[in-house]
Amino acid sequence: MTRYVLRRAGQGVFVLWAAFTVAFFVLYLLPSDPAALVASGGGEVSQVDPTQLAALRAEHGLDRPILVQYGDALLGALAGDFGASYVSGASATALVAQALPETLRLTGAALLVAVLGGTAVAVASVLPRARFLRQALSALPPLGVALPTFFVGLVLLQWFSFRLPVFPAIGNEGAVSLVLPTITLAVPAGAQLAQILSRSLRGTLGEPYVETAWAKGASRARVHLAHALRNAAIPAFTVLGVMVGGLLGGAVVTETVFSRQGLGRLTVQSVNQQDVPVVLAIVVFSALVFVVVTLVVDLVYPVLDPRIQLRTPRAASRRAASRRATAVTA
Amino acid sequence: MTRTTASTPVLEISGLEVAYRTADGGHRPAVRGVDLRVGAGEVVALVGESGSGKSTTAHAALHLLPRGGEVTAGRLRLDGRDLSGLTEKEWQDVRGRHVGLVPQDPTVSLNPVVRVGDQVAEVLVVHGLVRRADARVRAVELLRQAGVDDPAARARQYPHQLSGGLRQRVLIAIAIAAGPRLIVADEPTSALDVTVQRRILDHLDALARETGTAVLLITHDLGVAADRADRIVVLQDGVVVEEGPAARLLDDPRHPYTRALIAAAPSLASSRLVVGARDGGAREGAAQGGEAPPSSAEPAPVLALDGVRKEFALPRGAERRTLVAVDDVSLAVGPGRTYALVGESGSGKTTTARLALRLERPSAGRVVFRGEDVTAARGRELRSLRRGFQVVYQSPYASLDPRFTVEQIVTEPLRAYGVGDRAERADRVRSLIDDVALPVDVLRRGPRELSGGQRQRVAIARALALRPDLVVLDEPVSALDVSVQAQILELLVRLQAEHGLAYLFVSHDLAVVRQVADQVGVMRRGRIVEQGAADQILLDPQEDYTRELVAAIPGRRARSGTST
Repeated sequence: MTRYVLRRAGQGVFVLWAAFTVAFFVLYLLPSDPAALVASGGGEVSQVDPTQLAALRAEHGLDRPILVQYGDALLGALAGDFGASYVSGASATALVAQALPETLRLTGAALLVAVLGGTAVAVASVLPRARFLRQALSALPPLGVALPTFFVGLVLLQWFSFRLPVFPAIGNEGAVSLVLPTITLAVPAGAQLAQILSRSLRGTLGEPYVETAWAKGASRARVHLAHALRNAAIPAFTVLGVMVGGLLGGAVVTETVFSRQGLGRLTVQSVNQQDVPVVLAIVVFSALVFVVVTLVVDLVYPVLDPRIQLRTPRAASRRAASRRATAVTA
Repeated sequence: MTRTTASTPVLEISGLEVAYRTADGGHRPAVRGVDLRVGAGEVVALVGESGSGKSTTAHAALHLLPRGGEVTAGRLRLDGRDLSGLTEKEWQDVRGRHVGLVPQDPTVSLNPVVRVGDQVAEVLVVHGLVRRADARVRAVELLRQAGVDDPAARARQYPHQLSGGLRQRVLIAIAIAAGPRLIVADEPTSALDVTVQRRILDHLDALARETGTAVLLITHDLGVAADRADRIVVLQDGVVVEEGPAARLLDDPRHPYTRALIAAAPSLASSRLVVGARDGGAREGAAQGGEAPPSSAEPAPVLALDGVRKEFALPRGAERRTLVAVDDVSLAVGPGRTYALVGESGSGKTTTARLALRLERPSAGRVVFRGEDVTAARGRELRSLRRGFQVVYQSPYASLDPRFTVEQIVTEPLRAYGVGDRAERADRVRSLIDDVALPVDVLRRGPRELSGGQRQRVAIARALALRPDLVVLDEPVSALDVSVQAQILELLVRLQAEHGLAYLFVSHDLAVVRQVADQVGVMRRGRIVEQGAADQILLDPQEDYTRELVAAIPGRRARSGTST
């Protein structure tokens, strides 16, 4: 177990490094010049004064060779310092940390709504006896997946902020302002989860052990919830890990639509202005979230499914070989 | 032998009709007017092939028909109580409480994420028979009754930690938990090893006798039915064609279908299949020298394994570092001969077959193919060798690519080795399909449109495409119906005679082996415990283990009754 976690942590460090490096060089290779963008202050890049440009380059170390810049940035990043924003001059790390709580609140709430709602819809699409009800409910998830985030956001705004002023349209004030963005962000994620879970449930309900449960005299609810859902949740759980990453991406659109402060907005701004230190900090942070979430998902697996055991790949392949050999009816 | 039937039967089915909704909105009848009675303490076997409606009848008794299935007529009485009009809720009280089910495949019939003890206890809990706290204790007691050793420890294990036989015992514990009046056993042992099968059926028998429970045993094997049942009911296409006491039915079958089933049942057949007048020259000579172990007097073997051993590394933390799957196995398959490798799951027979196919590299020993040492062959050399040995797998459902047409499947080996041009390959495929007695129009179809037997014929055609000398048959008929088994075995024997093929036939089923093998090797724990000519091994086994295997072949009661 400890061995497994250490090994995975090592892989995680590699992923972070790779994300940092790829992002760094991609940003460097972009045709536009960040210094020129900053100096123009949003105006025409061609009208920038060359001496001012040179001064800016020198200030941010952009006149040094690329590999030196890279090495410098990497060393800084290792210490958690991604440098100062080209635009505001504030520390990139601080900017991310400042934007983070709002986004965490939003994605956390959206995750909760997506999991609860997705599970409810999935179960409701197999549990009722009435066939038309099951069919109607199982049409919901594909619909939810198909709707683009910005569209859901705009429709919600139209109805619940402008026609019926129940929820504020923009801003970060209080829990009420969180409702519409949360729904907007949760709909595609929840729909995706519901789709996978309901398909998995349908498959599970055809398994022989479900028939065994029926044959015991278990009730419909018991067969569906105690037997089928627990087994069906295992593949859906895998999706959950990927979903968390997707929610961070979705926050970009949602925060823009609802004009909320947060990591999504910060991403859009800093990418537009080619504010390299801030973009790098965001990329590495997102990669970190991915690494941690996948590790947590993998660690929780054995709790859900006793057949899964954590082991390093080499031992796993050897075990597979020995299993073939013994043909143990496992 | 025959037990007295109480005046009111435990289960009485009269005029049962079941239909399945078809995709186009119609109804396809599966059971057409079945009458059936099972008395207290009586074992009644319902025999038929897949599609005969035997499983449907059994499931109707639990009101557990698959999706689209519907009882369209008939009555169902349990201890005289009419169950026809019960609501879904009332059925919940009947299932598990009054009727228990022992399902077909124990390896998939237990919930993989729940401890087995809790799965047994669940029956008691849902019927409110004991308090939740006592259910666990009672479950351990039930596991003991079902013949599980060390039940207290087993109860805390998950299904994947138990062998197939143990899992079936857990399922029996579940079936008997609430003390039902009737147990429906749906092919309860067809997925298990023969010796395990025998023990499980013995146990089920004993339990039924002790408690006076009625048993409805569903089986495709008349041998099993003959050994276990008081009465046998034969179903064909949803209709009861014959019914009667087991002994009478086997000694004096009146319906032609019953006779056909008896003829096809491998457990009731007793001799090797032969083709016509045994005209194959190679076979003729080989069949004479069968008694002696392979020696220089015989034609050179096509395949010889010489002291092969295969070890697999075990994961860190296991008690041992390696697992010896195959240990010092030597055997020889002569041209045109069949060598059958017999053993139970885990005996190493499949690994031996994989070594012979050079899908695994032996840890020690030599693999000799056509006189050439191929132990170390690899890459290009191994690939060209593979033309000479082909394989047919157990499941024709899993071993054919569902996205290919039959034509593509059979052509693939020819294409892979660049044999002939397009037209020549098409001709060859046609002649192969003809050879395995399939109509030419299957070429355009996908494997999904074919029956199990047809699929296995396609797999055989594919194996023969490159004109191999040796075909490894890994349980080639165990996934098929008995009458289809018989046809496939006949086909294999005919093809062997026509093409002079050598077979390495891997099987757990001695009844099947008896019909095709010239020589038999019995494997246990990675070693060959006994080998020699088939007759000698089967009629006069020297080792205890072989004797046990031979004794476990079902149908002994029938054979001792009829063959004298």
